[in-house]
Parts: sequence; structure tokens; C-alpha cells
Amino acid sequence: MINAGDTAYVLVSAMLVMLMTPGLAFFYGGMVRKKNVLSVLMQCFIVLCLVSIQWVLFGYSLSFAPHDGFWGGFAWLGLRGVGSEPYAAYAPTIPHQGFMIYQAMFAVITPALIIGAFAERMKFSAFLLFTLCWVTFVYDPVCHWVWGTGGWLKNMGALDFAGGTVVHINAGIAALVTTLIIGKRKKLNGSTPTPHSLPLVVLGTALLWFGWFGFNSGSALAANGIAVNAFVVTNTAAAAAGLSWAIIEWTLGGKPTIFGVCSGAVAGLVAITPAAGYVGVIPAIIIGVVATACCYIAVGVIKPRLGYDDSLDAFGVHGVGGIWGALATGLFASKAVNPAGADGLFFGNPAQFVIQLKAVLVTIVYAGILTFVIYKVVDLIVGVRVNEKEEFMGLDLTQHHERAYTIIE
Amino acid sequence: MKLIVAIIQPYKLEAVKEELYHAEVNLITVSEVLGHGRQKGITEVYRGAKETGNLLRKIRLEIAVNEAFVEPTIKAIIKGAKSGETGDGKIFVMDLNECVRIRTEERGPEAIG
Repeated sequence: MINAGDTAYVLVSAMLVMLMTPGLAFFYGGMVRKKNVLSVLMQCFIVLCLVSIQWVLFGYSLSFAPHDGFWGGFAWLGLRGVGSEPYAAYAPTIPHQGFMIYQAMFAVITPALIIGAFAERMKFSAFLLFTLCWVTFVYDPVCHWVWGTGGWLKNMGALDFAGGTVVHINAGIAALVTTLIIGKRKKLNGSTPTPHSLPLVVLGTALLWFGWFGFNSGSALAANGIAVNAFVVTNTAAAAAGLSWAIIEWTLGGKPTIFGVCSGAVAGLVAITPAAGYVGVIPAIIIGVVATACCYIAVGVIKPRLGYDDSLDAFGVHGVGGIWGALATGLFASKAVNPAGADGLFFGNPAQFVIQLKAVLVTIVYAGILTFVIYKVVDLIVGVRVNEKEEFMGLDLTQHHERAYTIIE
Repeated sequence: MKLIVAIIQPYKLEAVKEELYHAEVNLITVSEVLGHGRQKGITEVYRGAKETGNLLRKIRLEIAVNEAFVEPTIKAIIKGAKSGETGDGKIFVMDLNECVRIRTEERGPEAIG
């Protein structure tokens, strides 16, 4: 039975999640050197175009059609049979196509998150091929395992409200693998390039935070109390995490930075994602604070020590924050918040934590191996990395024949 | 004392900085400039409209050196900036009458290094 309020809310949420990808583009675009800003904006934007088409043609079917525990199969190719009648197993009160387009926006932003790992050095052609393969062979199956009818992680009882494993761990691990294989940017001499525009980073963070309300509370797939709870804990975790980052910087003898607060806020948003529909507001604060602590250590201590060049910390924020969030769901989930969920460790059910841990490990292993294979195949076909001269000249000019900024006028 | 002004390709800046560092020339001023020589750059395209013959982006280096450092500096810039293609840039060397370090009011060769 279609409910007008639910349908309206899910469609608006789909719009909010759509806006997160351009938001991410500005978040990442501000962090790169100015010779590469357009390449990052372009990569994010073209993902919106590319995956939107992939999704309606076959991605949605692979992810959500009721085939078996591992993938969705081809029953819903080209959205055959996906119409205005609800599909009760997913969302009984909204048209099936409404659910489909909402999920499309998740499939779009997930590969876009990986861009942060190889920013400033990947060929555009390689990027397109990598993204198409990655969405098809990594995102779509994992999405089916966790959210699809009969998905094996779903049947195991893994909780992932809005995409901690499917979106953030998945993309975060892909980021780590790609950054390790593609290697460092040229001539960094141990120093990190200064972000060329922090105002763009702030704009991007603001759009992400705004869009995240659709991402998390829209995942209730209804305009109800669960959606409101997700909305409140999302805002709370982001706020706690942003504040914590500033406090950490200040306590450790530096100054509180806007870049730090933005990074913290995003880490908090990532971490609360799998938990949003299952936890209350006090756990949300804890999740936010710990997310910042973990991500701060990952990007500020571990990364420099290991020396890999995750340009924009796609792994450090999304991978690490996502893993913490998925595990935290197993700690703080409560049936008092959501009767359809489960109780976590702190509510007397340690088994849920073990289930969450399994889901995390499975996602890490699968995304890790498949990303490696896809990268190598793409490298064989078109070559992944730009040559040294192109890298020094910047991807804007060499890959797109455009410049972001003029010097005179 | 000489003032060495070099116009180089932007993408060669890192290499030139590294060569200068090896030549122990550490005090340089860098600015982003536009210029026009013989080189044709990458044709930029905006909504299908091609932009050619525009001024191209270059990097200008200004380095004040004592006599002993003139040749090493020139060699270092060439080593870092030369690709062999049109547009590699130019090096200008000119006499420098005076140099004053503001902090100490030292003058002449002492103030340069």
C-alpha cells in the first residue's frame, strides 16, 4: 500500500544523496593542487553519469533482484518489472522504482569515494574502466549480500543501516589497495601538498553533512520514528566528531583547524552510517568521538609512518571510520531504538558483535582481492597511471584540456 | 653579484628546485607568470571553442648569487628545466649593484648568502 509521506520522503532523500557526490567533489577538489582540481570534479561528476546508467541497465538487478545469496542475477535487467507497485521485501509503502532510484545514488557515491586514494595521478580512461568494473563486480555483489533479498550477510544477521560495510568499508579498502599499487605522487619529498582551496573543502563538507540526512534517515525508507532517530544521531555523531578533532589538535599543541573539523565531521558521519537506525543519542556521541580518535591516528600517525600516499585519506577516513562504525553497531545497537534490529554487546547480546566483525572481515577480504584484480586488468588494457610529464603538468590540462583558474582576469 | 632570472615550464619547477638544492643554492623567489615565446601549448577547449595562441603559464625564478655561484646556478637550472622541446624557457643573467639584508642591514655579497 503506497504511502504518500513515505514516498515523498524517500524521493527527497534520493535528491539529498545525489547532492553528496558533487559535495564530495568539492570536498576532494579543495584538497588537491590547483592543477588537478577539475580532474577530481570531473571524476566525481562522471561517476554520477556513468553509474546512473549502469544501475538502471543491470546494476540494480545484480544488486537487488531475488536470485540467491551471492548476487541478484538478471531478472530485473533494464528495470523489467520494477514499476510503481511496491516491492514489499524492500519497502512496502513506496513504489519499487522509488527504492531503486534511492539506491542508485548510493551506488554512485561509493566508487566516487575511492577517488581520494589515487587523486592527481590516474588516467581518465583508466578511471572510467576501473569504476565501471568496480561497481559491477564489487559494489553490486556486496550490496546484495547485505541488503538484497536472500543476501547471505543479511541472513547471518549483520546490521548495516545505511551502508557502513556496503559503502564505506568497501570503498575504503578499495582506496587502500589502489593507493598501494599505484604508488606515491611524484616528487613529494616526504611532504604533503597543501590543499589549494580550503573554502572548497568546507563547502563540500557542508554539502556532505546536509546530504547525509538523506543517506541515513532516508534509509528508514519511510517517514517515521526510525527516520527521525537516524536524523538525530547522524547530526549528533558528526557534531561530536568535528568537535573532537579540534580538541585533539588543540590539546596536542597545535591550533584547531577548519580542515580538521571538516575531516572529523566526515569521520563521524561515516561511522554513524551503519548504526544510525539502531542506536540512541548517547552512543552516537561516543561513536563520533571514537571515530575521530581512530581516523586522527590513521591519517596523522599510521599513514606517515607507513609512507603510503592515500592522497585525500579515502582509506583513513572512510575505511577506518567505516570499520569502527560497523563494529560499534554491534556494541551499541538496541531493540529499544529499533525493534526490527538487534541488541548489541552492551545490551546483553555479544553475538551481534561477532556477526558484525565477520561482516567487516568478509567485506575487507572480498573488496581487497577484487579491487586488486580489477586494477591489474585495467592496467593491462589501458595503463592506469599518467606519465611523469602529465603528472607534473596536472591532470586538468593533460586529461581534459581545461584549467580551473586564470592568472590574469 | 649577479641576478639570475629564469623563465621555465611550470611542470619543471620541482626538478629545478631539486637541482638548485644539490648545487647548494637555497635562496630563490618563485612567481607564476604568463608569457609568449615560440611554443604552442596544449590547446584548451571550452564548450567546443578552442583557445590557442593564448599566453602560456610559466614560472619565473629570481636568484641573487655571488660570482662563484653563477655557473653552478645556470647549470642546475638547465639540468632541471631542459626537455629539449620548444618552450623550455630562458635564463637571464644581469649585474646586481647592491643587496641589502633588511634584518641586519648587511650589504653586498654578505647579504646574499
